[in-house]
Amino acid sequence: MEIKKTSLNKLHQSNNAKFVEFAGYEMPIQYSKGIIEEHKFTRSHSGIFDVSHMGQLFIYGDESLTEELEKIFPLDLKNLKQNCSKYSFLMNEDAGIYDDLIITKIEEGYLIILNAACKDKDFEILSNLLGSKFKMNLDNNRSLIAIQGPKSVEILNSIINGVDQLNFMTGNWFDSDNQKLFVTRSGYTGEDGFEISISNDKAEKFVENLIEKGAQLIGLGARDTLRLEAGLCLYGHELDINKTPVEANLRWAISKSRLSNGGFIGSKKIMNQMQDGASQIRVGIKPEGRLIAREKTKIFDDTDKQIGEITSGTFGPSVNGPIAMGYVNKEFSKVDTKILLEVRGKKHPANVCALPFYKKNYVKGVN
Amino acid sequence: MSEVKFSKEHEWITLEGDVATIGITKHATEMLGDIVFAELPEKGSNVEKDGTAGVVESTKAASDVYTPVSGEVVDTNQAIVDDPSKINEDPEGSAWFFKLKMKDQSEMDSLMNKEEYDKFAKESAS
Repeated sequence: MEIKKTSLNKLHQSNNAKFVEFAGYEMPIQYSKGIIEEHKFTRSHSGIFDVSHMGQLFIYGDESLTEELEKIFPLDLKNLKQNCSKYSFLMNEDAGIYDDLIITKIEEGYLIILNAACKDKDFEILSNLLGSKFKMNLDNNRSLIAIQGPKSVEILNSIINGVDQLNFMTGNWFDSDNQKLFVTRSGYTGEDGFEISISNDKAEKFVENLIEKGAQLIGLGARDTLRLEAGLCLYGHELDINKTPVEANLRWAISKSRLSNGGFIGSKKIMNQMQDGASQIRVGIKPEGRLIAREKTKIFDDTDKQIGEITSGTFGPSVNGPIAMGYVNKEFSKVDTKILLEVRGKKHPANVCALPFYKKNYVKGVN
Repeated sequence: MSEVKFSKEHEWITLEGDVATIGITKHATEMLGDIVFAELPEKGSNVEKDGTAGVVESTKAASDVYTPVSGEVVDTNQAIVDDPSKINEDPEGSAWFFKLKMKDQSEMDSLMNKEEYDKFAKESAS
């Protein structure tokens, strides 16, 4: 299959991107400055991320759509206000996660942002569940640009006036350069920031404009170190079809009002696990010293019994040390529990720690 | 000091008397990206030509470091363990990895000179 390219591919090339294939797309892993500088620039200034490979699924419908979606997602969608976003999951009957996603209520229905590697399958699953009653559009004509970091609000507001009035996890349509952009205040870095849905033919000029105002392009490499410092899950690593939201320590994302009556796919398993606890749970892990424990590193207790596995591990540039996330048996999930990580045949000490590794700078409310 | 020689695994080596100094090339650091971890062989241990003699990790991945010649490890560069970013800054100078007392200096003969290595690196990168 031919590798897909986003509408910003030429711009990445002219900015000396190193490319990797990610979910069938040619994506920039880094630019000339490298992952650590890109990471730090995002934390101190403003980083631009091309996330156009992600799925933008528009589903159109009225209250009956809300009712149908509540049978799928563990969310109180009836009480979700227009232009408000929620983090959620598409699950199977065993509460295994097909994908994690952001769903936003828009005037005409819902906009769901899906992971690139999952979007086609998600579309198929949702089509089967919803039938032909509602119009669905996995929109390939729109790019998705994220701008993240403390200077982002000022930079973006100078181009799209009014975005500074958005609260975290809300969005709205804005007019700019004779077109409609959908902007949400959200992100994946632990910083204040925005995601902008824009038609493909306008994306390059829009990003050039952001660069002119002082933001810089950031690759997927730094996106990964940023999200890991922020303690955020990456599908295919922390989350997959064999993990449930309770095991992933994401019970906060399940609406409380939906737990008493269930009625969403996977609700039985979720309710059971909420009551009895899950046998394994996702935790933050800090190796001692400088040792980096990568994905699939085995975790042991001091009696040589394997108690878990690392799902992501790297060097955290802002933490200035190694960081990781992984799953451990419930009894080892308390903060400050001593564990051992097997790297290159040797066991190294590490500690279970609280997430995030890096304190969030989200804007909770501007009004 | 001898001419700098290079291996296909992107190590450089110089010889002074019977002691070889070994590090990784600038080209290798450019391929790896930001280096954030380095592990070196133990002083006093013996390493074999083309065997592993350390590890470097970038933000992206871990890579083995190989030794292009055999010998006994007589010194290691603790400065790059304490601050691995030095490897990106000066890979073919102050950020050497380890020094070996060589047993068989003829092992140097099969290694590349600078011109040969530059050509090799250029071809292997494309």
